[in-house]
Amino acid sequence: MLSEIIRVDHLTFCYNGTDVINDVSLSVKSGDYLGIAGSNGSGKSTLIKNILGILQPLKGSVHLFGQPLPSFDQWHKIGYLPQRINALNYHFPGTVAEIVQMGMAKGKPVDVRQTLSLMGIAHLASNLIGELSYGEQQRVMLARALIRKPDLLIFDEPTTALDPETRDMFYSLTDDMNRQGTTIVLVTHDTGIIGKYARNLLYLDKSVIFCGTFEDFCASPDMTGFFGLDSQHMICHQHDKAGGET
Amino acid sequence: MDLSNFFNYEFVQRAFIAGILIAAISSILGVFLVLRRFSLIGDGLAHVTFGSVAVVMLMGVSPLYITLAALPLVMISSIAILKLTGSKRIQGDAAIGIVSSIGIATGIVLASLSGGYNLDLFSYLFGNILTVTQAELLLSLMVFIIVVAAVMIFYDDLLAVTFDEELAQSMGIKTKRINMILFLLTAVAAVLAMKIAGIMLVSAMLILPPLTALQLSLSFKTTIFSSALISVLSVLCGLLLAFLLNLPAGGTIVMVNICFLLVVLGTKKILSA
Repeated sequence: MLSEIIRVDHLTFCYNGTDVINDVSLSVKSGDYLGIAGSNGSGKSTLIKNILGILQPLKGSVHLFGQPLPSFDQWHKIGYLPQRINALNYHFPGTVAEIVQMGMAKGKPVDVRQTLSLMGIAHLASNLIGELSYGEQQRVMLARALIRKPDLLIFDEPTTALDPETRDMFYSLTDDMNRQGTTIVLVTHDTGIIGKYARNLLYLDKSVIFCGTFEDFCASPDMTGFFGLDSQHMICHQHDKAGGET
Repeated sequence: MDLSNFFNYEFVQRAFIAGILIAAISSILGVFLVLRRFSLIGDGLAHVTFGSVAVVMLMGVSPLYITLAALPLVMISSIAILKLTGSKRIQGDAAIGIVSSIGIATGIVLASLSGGYNLDLFSYLFGNILTVTQAELLLSLMVFIIVVAAVMIFYDDLLAVTFDEELAQSMGIKTKRINMILFLLTAVAAVLAMKIAGIMLVSAMLILPPLTALQLSLSFKTTIFSSALISVLSVLCGLLLAFLLNLPAGGTIVMVNICFLLVVLGTKKILSA
C-alpha cells in the first residue's frame, strides 16, 4: 500500500472573517502527480500555504509524511516553488549560487552547477539574483526546489514567466522525476498542462468541486456545470493524448 | 594636545574600542533590516530609548548605568513592534510609528514632570562617545560576540528569511524565532548606538553602512563584511576628524558615513557611463 504523503482533513481558512477555503479534505499518496485547478480566488495557493504551515487554518488538520504539521520536522523532503518571489528587492545581494544552495543541509554535497545547467542558467551562477529578469529568477527558484532532490515537490504556477521551450523542458523534467517516485503537486491555471501530466485532479472553488482520478473526472457528467463542456473535454482530451495513467 | 597624547587617555581608548564594536554590531544587523524594509526600526527604537532613559532617570538610576537600565524597556518595545507588524490590521511602518510616538511622548512628559527638560536627557539626544563607561564597553563587547555568533549560527536561516519569509517558512525555518532574535539584538544595538551618535542619529548607524555596501553589488556574505568594514572606518575617521576639527563626534561619524555612500554612488555612476 502506498504511503500517504499529504493528508488534509476538513480544512477551513478565513481571512478577515471571509472563508477562503471551506472544509477541504484530500489525500496525496507517494508517487502521485496531483494537479490543482480552479479560477482566480478559488483558494488554490491558500490551500498550499496551509499545507506548508505558512498560513494557519481556522479548522481542520494537515499531516505530512504521516506526521501532524505542528510537529513535522522533515522539511528537507519538500521542495516548494511559490507563485512568485515576494517583492524581491532589486538590491538583494544574494548570488544565484547562494540562493540555490539556501536551506541545504550543511555538509551534504550538492552539484549546484549541474542543476543550474539543467535549467540553462549555469553562466549566471555568480550573478546577483536581483539583477536577473523575472524569467531567469524563476529558473533559479526552480533549480532551488529541484536541487534538494525532495520526495515531494509543490509547484504554484511554476512556469508563468518562462518561454515555451523552458516550460516544456521543466514539465518533462518533473514528469521524469515523478516516474522515478517523486510525488508532485502542481497548481496551475493551465488545465491543458494538468491534463497532460497529472494523474489526479483537485478542482477547487473555495471547497472541493472534484477530487479524484482523471477517469472519474472525464466520466462524470456533473462536472460540465462547473467547467463548461469545452474545458472538461479539453482536459480529458489532453490526458488521453498524453496516454495518462489513471 | 597631539594625537599620541590623545590616545593615552583611558576614556579615549574606551571611546574608540566601543565605537568600533558598536559600528560593527549596528551595521551587521542593519543589512538584514534594510533588506527586509525595516530600516526605520532603529529610528523608532531610538525614540523609545529616549522615553526609557527618561523613565530610568526619574527612578533615580545612577548616570553610569542609565544605558543598561533603559535596555529592558527598549527590548520590550522591540517585541511590541514585532507583534504589531505581524498584525493584519496595522502595517509595519505604522507599527514603528506607534511605538516611536509613545516613546518620545513618554520622554517629553516625564522630563517635564521631573522639573523641566533635563540637561542629561538632552545629552542622549546627540550622544557623547567620550562618556562611554566601563560597563557599556563590556556590554558592547558581549553584544558584538553575540551578534557575530548569531549571524554565524543562523546564517542560512537569516539569508532565507531575508530573501523571502514565506519561502523560509516552507523550508521549516522558525521565522518567528529568527525575527525575535533580530529585533531584540537591534534593540540592544539601538541603545548602544545612542551612546555614539545620539538618539537623533541612531538610524543612520543602522542604515547608512548597509546601504553603501549594497551599492557594491556583492554576494550576501561579502555585503555583511563590507557593511561592517565601512561602518568601522566611518567611526574611526569620524572620531579623528571630530578631535582634530573640534566637532561633535556623533554628527561627524554620520557625515563620514554619508560621504562614503556618495563616493560609492558617484563611482558607480561614472563606471556605468
